[in-house]
Amino acid sequence: MHARADAADTAPNWPDDIFATLQRFDVRQVPYVPDAGHSKLIQRVLASSTMRGIPLTTEEEGVALLAGAWAGGQRGVLLMQSSGVGNCINMLSLIPILRFPFLTLVTMRGEWGEFNPWQVPMGSTTQGVFELSGVQVLRASSAAEVPAVLEAAASQAYNALTPTAVLLSQRLIGAKVFTK
Amino acid sequence: MSKANLLDRRQVVSTLLADRKDVVAIGGLGASTNDMCAAGDHPRNFYLWGGMGGAAMIGLGLALAQPKLPVLVITGDGEMLMGMGSLATIGLQKPSNLSIAVLDNEAYGETGGQTSHTSAAADLVGVAKACGIGDSRAITTMAEVEAFAKAVHDVSAGPRFANMKIDSASLERILPSRDGTYILNRIRGDLGFQPI
Repeated sequence: MHARADAADTAPNWPDDIFATLQRFDVRQVPYVPDAGHSKLIQRVLASSTMRGIPLTTEEEGVALLAGAWAGGQRGVLLMQSSGVGNCINMLSLIPILRFPFLTLVTMRGEWGEFNPWQVPMGSTTQGVFELSGVQVLRASSAAEVPAVLEAAASQAYNALTPTAVLLSQRLIGAKVFTK
Repeated sequence: MSKANLLDRRQVVSTLLADRKDVVAIGGLGASTNDMCAAGDHPRNFYLWGGMGGAAMIGLGLALAQPKLPVLVITGDGEMLMGMGSLATIGLQKPSNLSIAVLDNEAYGETGGQTSHTSAAADLVGVAKACGIGDSRAITTMAEVEAFAKAVHDVSAGPRFANMKIDSASLERILPSRDGTYILNRIRGDLGFQPI
């Protein structure tokens, strides 16, 4: 049994704030590898008539998908957890080469009360990997911060073609609780 | 080096693109992107010089954004093997306007001709089929290539996949532009999109 400490019981509202911002920026393609922290947002996307949720087998697929979407005139956003960032590294090279709008929302593991040591190496290097790859990093650590951070991220990604990752901290989403 | 009964890659690609009309074509990293250029440069050619494993997913993003346009991915066996999971992603989305043609020489031709997994064990047609791409063809004749080229224009019956066994001859490189931003924006411009 795996359940987030709070996400499952007291459905948070910040995923609704994210959804509203994505909708306002006319985001149409939403590739994702699922994460518990993204589950409410994914539900909203899959129920939407304007956005298409696209499950991936690995996160790098999403980077390439967003390049194709932009060639065809659509904006997208990639949803993943921190472990998936490492899976993307070579494909991130498409972003400066092709100059398409890149926004990714990353739920963090391996920090703030993490139980599983296997999450820590990639969680600790997530921000560094993005920065080395030319992707600017913004972070939201509390629900109150989410709307402003999302607005800034979407604005710079879509209006200024600044590749941007938003790290949704484990403090925000709640450390994963492992019960027997 | 070429064996009998294998297709010529340039002839295959020029046949796929001969009567292309509004097709947007994506060329996977390696000789495939050169073959596409050899068939004639075109504003709707998306040449890849990197991002190995990403060609089919670029095709998916484009096909979903432009459901009325035929989108054709032309790539090699090595590039497709690296993005094999994307066949499962495409099989789930079932974009009816997306076609994928793999030029299968059973080797990594750009790096010295080392044999690839398709030379002995991996069956990409079987993989595509098992991932839910019902129209998956193993192609060995030019007549079948011509039939596939026609089918690409039917944007209501895809997705479709074809694995084409080609000979391993190393041909003169015909190099397309290496400027990715130019290539992408040329496609966007041809589809009627303004710069940001």
